[in-house]
Amino acid sequence: MAFFIASIILILVGLYAVLVKKNIMKIVIGLSIMDTGVNILIISLGFIRGRTAPIINTRDLLVNTSSKVVDPLPQALVLTAIVIGVAVTAAALSIVMLMYSRKKTLEIDEYKELKW
Amino acid sequence: MRKWVAIVFLAFLGFFMVKIVATFPFGEENWGVAKHYVDRGIEENRGSNLVTSIVVNYRGFDTLGEVTVLFLAATALAFLLSTCRCQKKYNRIEGSLILKTAADTLFPLLILFGAYIFIHGHLTPGGGFQGGTVIASAVMLMLLSRLSFHPNHRALSVTEGLAGMAFVLIGLAGLIWGGSFLANNILPLGQWNRLFSAGVIPLIYIAVGLKVGSELSGLITDMIATTKEEK
Amino acid sequence: MILEYFMLLLLILMIGLAVFAVETRDLLAAVLAAGFISLVASIVYLYLQAPDVAMTEAAIGAGLTTLIFIIAVRKTERYEK
Repeated sequence: MAFFIASIILILVGLYAVLVKKNIMKIVIGLSIMDTGVNILIISLGFIRGRTAPIINTRDLLVNTSSKVVDPLPQALVLTAIVIGVAVTAAALSIVMLMYSRKKTLEIDEYKELKW
Repeated sequence: MRKWVAIVFLAFLGFFMVKIVATFPFGEENWGVAKHYVDRGIEENRGSNLVTSIVVNYRGFDTLGEVTVLFLAATALAFLLSTCRCQKKYNRIEGSLILKTAADTLFPLLILFGAYIFIHGHLTPGGGFQGGTVIASAVMLMLLSRLSFHPNHRALSVTEGLAGMAFVLIGLAGLIWGGSFLANNILPLGQWNRLFSAGVIPLIYIAVGLKVGSELSGLITDMIATTKEEK
Repeated sequence: MILEYFMLLLLILMIGLAVFAVETRDLLAAVLAAGFISLVASIVYLYLQAPDVAMTEAAIGAGLTTLIFIIAVRKTERYEK
């Protein structure tokens, strides 16, 4: 239960950084913290007490497997999610570097061309 | 003002999220379709690592999508950084003697370790993505320690293209000879807990590992790169 | 029992690091705090019996993401105004 609450607090701290902060790098850091929080939430939903990892390398795990291992499906989904998180962060940082080379500032209040 | 409105909204959101999540009992059994994957995973796939057999065989199409997304992000980064008039001339310093010696010793060992991780992906924890990242971190170590290390962009992009094509070709071979895309019965399944087993799963993970490794190495080289006139 | 208390300590450490990363004005410190969050999350994944995910998070989160953040901070500004 503590895992659920801690991961939800991590998601909310990341969301606060995206909503309130005025520096673009802080917004991207908040996005990355939110990714980590969501991944911890998904894996802690698949945890079962007293059981072991879903790698079957001894003979006594071959019989009656579904009462001896932890749920492997959330782990497969989170594996994909971590890699996609790093791809999104890399693309966002390249856009940040491009924006800095145009106007030499990182505050989002200076980028006013789309406002009317 | 904006800060307090955001904090009130986040407290509201947090309250509802905790109420929803608290209905799940933590640490108790909650099988769904994963019960079939766990019970019948060994006899259908003969690979010891259940997470690998889910990622490559039962949900193999999602892995193809993920590899595509990674390719798209690396291409977008390379394209955007080539049009950028960024401050490219900053002073990179040469590494010290300790760093150079350690990097020279560790570079072949790290590549060997990365290859070991993705070849044994169906037997031990690991797989294509982990092995590819270890290979990219070996290239990163060499880039940080020497100024004269330039990975060959052409070789990296050719490796990446061929590895990606190999993944799709294995899937099409499954369609022609096996009956469905990415079918697992075109190669013999073998015995449990041996290296040559589990059908096409090792081949797919080798292709994914090479692709991710060369892609992330190209991404890091693009971000660190200096232009030719300022060498 | 000791292990449960240790995990609780690590979770509180993660939340403290997240608040520090959002509030500090030194961008390099914020980036290193985000990398440290990924490292502690890798230890938490090991307690939750997920070795594949722990390896992936340690290699990608604490290695690659921190490196590309540091390159981006190096090419822009270090201190927030």
